[in-house]
Amino acid sequence: MLAFILRRIGQSAFVILAMAALVFLSVFAIGNPIDILLAPDADQIEREQAIVRLGLDKPMWEQFFVFLVNMLHGDLGRSFVHGSDAVHLILGRLPATLELAIVALFLAALVGVPLGVIAGMKSDTWVGRSIMTGSIVGFSLPNFWFGIMMILLFAVELQWLPSGGRGPTGTLFGLEFSLLNPAGWPNLIMPAMTLAIYKVSLVIRLACAGTREALLQDYVRFARAKGLSRTRIIGVHVLKNILIPIVTVLGLELGSMIAFAVVTETVFAWPGMGKLLIDSIARLDRPVIVAYLMIVVAMFAMINLIVDILYSVLDPRVRITETAG
Amino acid sequence: MTDAALVTTLPPVETPFRIFVSDFVRNKIAVSALAIIVVLALLAIFAPWVTPQNPYDLTQISIFDNMLKPGEKSMDGKFFLLGSDEQGRDMLSAMIYGLRMSLFVSATATAIALLVGVSMGVTAAYFGGRVDTAIMRLVDLQLSFPAILIALILLAALGKGIDKVILALMLVQWAYYARTVRGNALVERRREYIEAAQCLALPRYIIIFKHLLPNCLPPLIVVATVQVAHAISLEATLSFLGVGVPITEPSLGLLISNGYKYILSGKYWVSVFPGLMLLLTILSINLVGDHLRDVLNPRLKA
Repeated sequence: MLAFILRRIGQSAFVILAMAALVFLSVFAIGNPIDILLAPDADQIEREQAIVRLGLDKPMWEQFFVFLVNMLHGDLGRSFVHGSDAVHLILGRLPATLELAIVALFLAALVGVPLGVIAGMKSDTWVGRSIMTGSIVGFSLPNFWFGIMMILLFAVELQWLPSGGRGPTGTLFGLEFSLLNPAGWPNLIMPAMTLAIYKVSLVIRLACAGTREALLQDYVRFARAKGLSRTRIIGVHVLKNILIPIVTVLGLELGSMIAFAVVTETVFAWPGMGKLLIDSIARLDRPVIVAYLMIVVAMFAMINLIVDILYSVLDPRVRITETAG
Repeated sequence: MTDAALVTTLPPVETPFRIFVSDFVRNKIAVSALAIIVVLALLAIFAPWVTPQNPYDLTQISIFDNMLKPGEKSMDGKFFLLGSDEQGRDMLSAMIYGLRMSLFVSATATAIALLVGVSMGVTAAYFGGRVDTAIMRLVDLQLSFPAILIALILLAALGKGIDKVILALMLVQWAYYARTVRGNALVERRREYIEAAQCLALPRYIIIFKHLLPNCLPPLIVVATVQVAHAISLEATLSFLGVGVPITEPSLGLLISNGYKYILSGKYWVSVFPGLMLLLTILSINLVGDHLRDVLNPRLKA
């Protein structure tokens, strides 16, 4: 068990190292940072000084080494635009993105599970078929366009909801959350729905397949024979069994939602880290781009690591095949 | 009995392709979706001949025609079925050209990715051992990150451009094909016909390309269909975020991004219509893909 965990941690460290090399090479080696850092009218002597000061005269592997050492100290440079520490800048935007992703996740479960169960129970009727076709539409909807259409409908035509921004927030442990302030809820609804739509389709498919499978099981037949009501069979026995894979998948999807929040945040001007990334790409603010990518890569490596370790605890077969292979 | 009479008495040959076609046409939704795809593809290919105007030709557009509502006529009597954008371009023409760009970028990326992914997958499965481990680790590594994140990393580093978008979409996709082909090839490799081919001392490339690969096709077709839809959607998203195709040759995503600016002033047509076209394209491909999955799944046939 310990050997497995250690090896798995080693693999994660290697992934982060490989991605660091990739990000370093792609962002720092392609193009010349000096051109962006210095004023265009800088003379040759100023250029030379800047190159020495930034360590750009050193060989590539040495620069990479310095980058790695700084990274381990949590230093990924200062933003050219904001002038502050890039890592702090991004971590400051993290709560907004996390809040959006988690609300969207709950929304996906709340909408997707009932629809999927209904589709699974009535899979041969028009109700079931239209829910399943609807889920294909959900998969196909271009996320950003769906967001724009929501703005058009609810903010421009009906004027029920604000078109963007975060609105008032409440404070907890020094961090700001929209959920804590009812005045901020209207701002949260549309971005969360937009981010959730794709996952709703995913949950519908999972719940439908799960329900169809569960209805054929012996425990359902037994519950029926016992004379339990239909609502109790579905609401308690079936639901309990299909929720396990759904919760697992949704947990795994949290990471991808944080990555996909880039799109939603851009549409709704939500001040999260995804919006920061897009703004930084537009302004060529390299330290922030690098910091964002490294933080997200580290986050993903962590999620994958935790999931794998949890799996190996729950299912010993994973451990055995891993050591054998 | 003559030879000709003998031929006519035989039932038509049940080739796998014929069975597949007769299975496919049974679902009306999938058939109409396929028809829509064909129409959209023809529109895109013949865009210069079917559009009312060439939206890139500055002599054909007039700034005085800008922001006309759908169905409105310009002062010199030109009719704008879906309205015009801020430069006076006919929306319908711009959309068909946008569709052309979207489909070109996604189809090219998918074709290259298929080539790369299939070669890598077959190589991994056929040679096994270290080659297999190295390739599959790379696949696992890539698939553990969301596609949009990888595409953003690449485009943030490489910059804008059609070639770069194609490269990014290709790099995002190849791992799916590699994994699908490898899984199938591993199963097929142990079948008797491969053993027979090996006993005949056929050259390795003949065994791989003529015997092994065609039998790995069905699941690959399903994955590729879904991935094309995904590529179109991803390209649109990247263009919307401003890291995709250049502004001079807009895809559907960039047209929507353009219309996004006019949403708050209620000028809906600049973003609604390109989006509907994008949705129709992706939805049709997904519907076909969904049905293909049912048709090509041997487990459902038993």
